[in-house]
Amino acid sequence: MSILVNKQTRVVVQGITGKEGSFHATQCKAYGTQVVAGVTPGKAGQEVEGIPVFNTVKEAVAKTGCDTSLIFVPPPFAADAILEAADAGIKLVICITEGIPVNDMVRVKRALRGRDVRLIGPNCPGIITAEECKIGIMPGFIHKKGRVGVISRSGTLTYEAVNQLTNLGLGETTCVGIGGDPVNGTSFLDLLPLFEKDSETEAVVMIGEIGGDAEERAADYIKQHIRKPVIGFIAGITAPPGRRMGHAGAIITGGKGTAAEKMAALEKAGVRVVRNPAEIGATVKMALSR
Amino acid sequence: MNIHEYQAKQLFAQFGVPVPRGKDVKTPLAAEKWAATLNSPVYVVKAQIHAGGRGKAGGVKITKNQAEVPGLAKELLGKTLVTHQTGPKGRKVRRLLIEEGAGIAKELYLSLLVDRDSGWPVFIASTEGGMEIEEVAAHTPEKVLKEPIDPAVGFQGYNGRKLAFGLGLPTIEPTLLNPFVAMLGNLYRLFMEKNTALVEINPLVITTDKKLIALDGKVSFDDNSLFKHPDVQAMRDLHEEEPLEIEATNNSLNYVKLDGNIGCMVNGAGLAMATMDVIKLAGSEPANFLDVGGGATKETVAAGFRILLKDKHVKGIFINIFGGIVRCERIAYGVIEAAKEVGITLPVVVRLQGTNAEEGRKLLLESGLKVDVATDLWEAAQKIVALTGKKKKKAETATTH
Repeated sequence: MSILVNKQTRVVVQGITGKEGSFHATQCKAYGTQVVAGVTPGKAGQEVEGIPVFNTVKEAVAKTGCDTSLIFVPPPFAADAILEAADAGIKLVICITEGIPVNDMVRVKRALRGRDVRLIGPNCPGIITAEECKIGIMPGFIHKKGRVGVISRSGTLTYEAVNQLTNLGLGETTCVGIGGDPVNGTSFLDLLPLFEKDSETEAVVMIGEIGGDAEERAADYIKQHIRKPVIGFIAGITAPPGRRMGHAGAIITGGKGTAAEKMAALEKAGVRVVRNPAEIGATVKMALSR
Repeated sequence: MNIHEYQAKQLFAQFGVPVPRGKDVKTPLAAEKWAATLNSPVYVVKAQIHAGGRGKAGGVKITKNQAEVPGLAKELLGKTLVTHQTGPKGRKVRRLLIEEGAGIAKELYLSLLVDRDSGWPVFIASTEGGMEIEEVAAHTPEKVLKEPIDPAVGFQGYNGRKLAFGLGLPTIEPTLLNPFVAMLGNLYRLFMEKNTALVEINPLVITTDKKLIALDGKVSFDDNSLFKHPDVQAMRDLHEEEPLEIEATNNSLNYVKLDGNIGCMVNGAGLAMATMDVIKLAGSEPANFLDVGGGATKETVAAGFRILLKDKHVKGIFINIFGGIVRCERIAYGVIEAAKEVGITLPVVVRLQGTNAEEGRKLLLESGLKVDVATDLWEAAQKIVALTGKKKKKAETATTH
């Protein structure tokens, strides 16, 4: 088992004829993912590494039965692409694009409300179920099928954690990058119950960072509903207030959203909070050996 | 992106939000001329810097005597203001806003931003104007009113009325209900049309002659939306930004200057923050945040080196790269080339992990460069701290206070 994606998942890549789109569509396919379609308006009939290209997502769904979309469309057009996927009946939309205007995401989030579609991202590395299905830009080879679920607001920091899990022989079930933007589709809170229910996942690693209160809200939920061990790391304990640390969402505003507050909230909820990012894997191992 | 108060007020005026009559000036002579035109019973001379707390720092002067305006302008222009938001170095005043004074009957607080939780824009209002809203929220949370705006339909009259009655505005002055609601509608329009990240009016004043007026104004913009607005980009004041950060932006790097002495260069924002944290855990302080992005090349690494070396506090450099799609041997090659080009004399620790990390490390070791190579994150952090010396006890206590 795993969450959200597996061997059966059928993927359409929006923006497949672009440099990023074609490269990563090829990489995902090589990992074993069923990349069955691509979409670039006006380029129907072409192929990218044997993947047929369509003009619209609707057409791609009709011809290939794809159910999940991976988006590499540039920021000014990304909101449109997400809504097009939802309109075509895609159930899971993964948006990699970084730099989407916040107000565009405000409208998208409102438009998706109450509909049977989940958005992951934007500004994220994507989602991977180890040795089954990679939908994103993460290096596939560091993942090994195993026991730990990962949820993260970061990209390369997630790879760091995954690499530690793999090297310690723990392996992963599914790893989800939820993205570094202030307004995103899926939060820690949405994914924790899925990992709790997943029979293969024995522990969950959540990697947060400064800004917002997603980690605090997750902490409340964990305390009430999560029985599996949760291991947390929060990046940015050294970050000064008022400065945006790379990610648009990573900013301490009005004294709120500090790493210290988040760590305290998580610890109070029974999460094992790791202070040293080099010890994420070791802490999971300890939690699982109890 | 932040702008000055005078620019925020120009935007307010453009969107029908009432502001005092005022003008920005850069010389005492211009101040004198404008004061004569303004011809007001009270003159307010306000230093224009991108930081709050100007009043307490002596950056705001008030006079009833028109003849005093040029003298006050002369006093403030060129002065360095230190407020709780500028840091100890302070900010040099290069421009003033000179406006008419207002008779204040009541001060309110009003702001508009996106609530991250719901993803909806939300108005925040309080009867405790003139105070920092964070303070109000911490001590008297019941005095902070929030009104979310459904982005599907936009601002509605009822949103405004709820806030107006919540603030007790019609009790204070019944004629202000409609102007208040209209003002909120205008602010929402500004928010949507110009893609602001924050609009804040503190204080929003009810004057003694029963009018609403934005006595102060703060506006910041969503960086991701700047491409839509050349007019907003034109309001950027480079004097208010750290020169090294401007250089980084010009090289498509994400850099934030900090106060420590270990320069770090990392791929990815989250890992960059974690690297800063691990430097602190190892007993030192990071000199900066620097994210070279997913596709680090020789050029980006070289630009990163140049920026780090321009910070005189940097005593050593820690490069932490997790090769995903980018292969480590290419990064290693970039580091070697860039180090030769830039000429590095400081201790450097390079930690490579991920795709082809082994080959990358080998290349670095065989390059003849004076760099330490590491595999593990903690090992690397300890190495660079050992090479540059731990922070002295005294300095440590100084930074924690």
